[in-house]
Amino acid sequence: MSKRIVGPEIERLIQLLAKVPGLGPRSARRAALHLIKKKEQLLGPLTVAMGDALDTVRVCSTCGNVDTSDPCTICTDPRRDEATIIVVEDVADLWALERAGAMNARYHVLGGTLSPLDGVGPDDLNIRSLVDRVARGGVNELILAVNATVEGQTTAHYITDQLDGLGVKITRLAHGVPVGGELDYLDEGTLSAALKARTVF
Amino acid sequence: MPGDPTNRGAPPPVNIGRLKLTDFRNYLSLAVDLSPGAVVLTGDNGAGKTNLLEAVSLLSPGRGLRRAAYAEIARDGAKGGFVVHAHVEGAQGEADIGTGAGTADPDAEGSLRKVRINGAPARSADEMLEWLRVMWLTPAMDGLFTGPAADRRRFLDRLVLTIDPAHGRRALDYEKAMRGRNRLLADGSRNDGWFDAIETQMAETGAAIAAARFEMVRLLKAMIERTPEEGPFPRADLALSGVLEAGLASGAAIDAEEDFRRRLAEGRERDRAAGRTLEGPHRSDLLVRHRPKDMPAELCSTGEQKALLVGLVLSHARLTGELSGMAPILLLDEIAAHFDHRRRAALFGILDDLGCQVFMTGTERELFSAIEGRAQFLTVSAGAVSAG
Ligand SMILES: Nc1ncnc2c1ncn2[C@@H]1O[C@H](COP(=O)(O)OP(=O)(O)OP(=O)(O)O)[C@@H](O)[C@H]1O
Ligand SMILES: [Mg+2]
Ligand SMILES: [Zn+2]
Repeated sequence: MSKRIVGPEIERLIQLLAKVPGLGPRSARRAALHLIKKKEQLLGPLTVAMGDALDTVRVCSTCGNVDTSDPCTICTDPRRDEATIIVVEDVADLWALERAGAMNARYHVLGGTLSPLDGVGPDDLNIRSLVDRVARGGVNELILAVNATVEGQTTAHYITDQLDGLGVKITRLAHGVPVGGELDYLDEGTLSAALKARTVF
Repeated sequence: MPGDPTNRGAPPPVNIGRLKLTDFRNYLSLAVDLSPGAVVLTGDNGAGKTNLLEAVSLLSPGRGLRRAAYAEIARDGAKGGFVVHAHVEGAQGEADIGTGAGTADPDAEGSLRKVRINGAPARSADEMLEWLRVMWLTPAMDGLFTGPAADRRRFLDRLVLTIDPAHGRRALDYEKAMRGRNRLLADGSRNDGWFDAIETQMAETGAAIAAARFEMVRLLKAMIERTPEEGPFPRADLALSGVLEAGLASGAAIDAEEDFRRRLAEGRERDRAAGRTLEGPHRSDLLVRHRPKDMPAELCSTGEQKALLVGLVLSHARLTGELSGMAPILLLDEIAAHFDHRRRAALFGILDDLGCQVFMTGTERELFSAIEGRAQFLTVSAGAVSAG
């Protein structure tokens, strides 16, 4: 057992920060130290910002996105093309596509992929809500921007099957998303190229 | 896969110039300079000869020639995992390849092996294939023709992977889809849409696997035809068995894929009863016949089987060289044991001609007397390697 050097409040702060992606125990300690040193300029405002986020964050009942309003900012943006929906696995993918700025469309966030081995079935994903959304009309094109993994492609096939007969054009990203590549990690140029060169599924 | 092999002479060899091991089986720490061409490792039983070959085999994707768990490879008593480092000199210049695994690190995914090439982390172990191709023959493979089909299938896929680096990815994708289907079967799922989606993936990746196997066997057969009829190693006749492979032999790949998908859909009830997928490229087999004797390999004598296998691996090495532009590195563990003097000399001659860096082991140096002066001789003793 190493000797304790900080009180339990700071110890707890370090432990929680270490759970943030990109921060290990080492950088969590550095971040914590920085925060407590900049108590007024940083720790205080951060605490308020986090509290506000905690109070307001919710899942959009239309698209599955995470935002502070329901419907979310994207779903209520009048400048976006309502007739095109980009289907993504995760909010991180939505953010990646938005950073690439390639499309002015709406989204649908599945919340994962079909994976029997992980116990994830159709009912665990936002597939039903997608089918309902399309069935309500007004959607011309659905772009399946799922990863080129086995799970991603299985999910894409399943969705295509579920939408059969609803008269929507379904496309998927053309090559450019490497096999096993996760959308979130692709650079923006590759992403917009993939979106532009999408093919009919 | 590129086109048919052409007679354009030996491709540039690829050599490991320097090999370093850390906490690898009985090696605490080893650094050894290696020569191109034949490298002969002699030493007593248990000295560490096969271990050294195993280390080199980990410079290709997969779990190496023993298919051991990484934790088992890490030296007993070592704190961390093992490391293999090689300086490779090849057609595309030089590369430093490092690989390691088996750390006790709790959140490291235990089965994952890290690979670094020229100081940068590799996206996958497949990247090593851009620098070198490694193929091996060990005494454990002596029963290949008489043993279970799974061993031959693994051998077959290794032959494919050495030529076609994309094969590993295909196999993993198929495996993942199939395990998903097996889970659905076990869970008693009746969601046909979900089955359809998974089976489509299985058919797509499965057809790609079968096509790659089929192509490799076709090219290897052509290569075997080019070996002299009266050579020291008998010619093999090769065939593939399997639902998809059979379809490929008679028709187009796309038909085979569609056909396999249909069979999977129709076989759901049968597979549900069995608790697993009963048909597919995961059940295929490589059928080998001894041509001069016109006999299935499994009915041949021990020595005949070994000669057949060596002939196969040598033809494959030549094919790999011609198609990849890299003469493969060969690991021939206890290769000389089964052969008489005449056949040994012939083997050394062929290896010379192939231009491969080839690691050979044996307990007695006399077995390699025919290449005294033409090979690097190393003595292995209790996890240490010395010249001579
Ligand atoms: N993880 C490990 N840590 C330490 N030693 C190990 C480990 N795994 C295997 N060994 C030891 O390595 C030794 C050498 O094994 P190896 O198979 O390389 O011998 P060899 O020289 O090929 O012998 P043979 O001529 O009998 O084939 C064995 O005695 C074995 O006990
Ligand atoms: Mg041995
Ligand atoms: Zn929304």
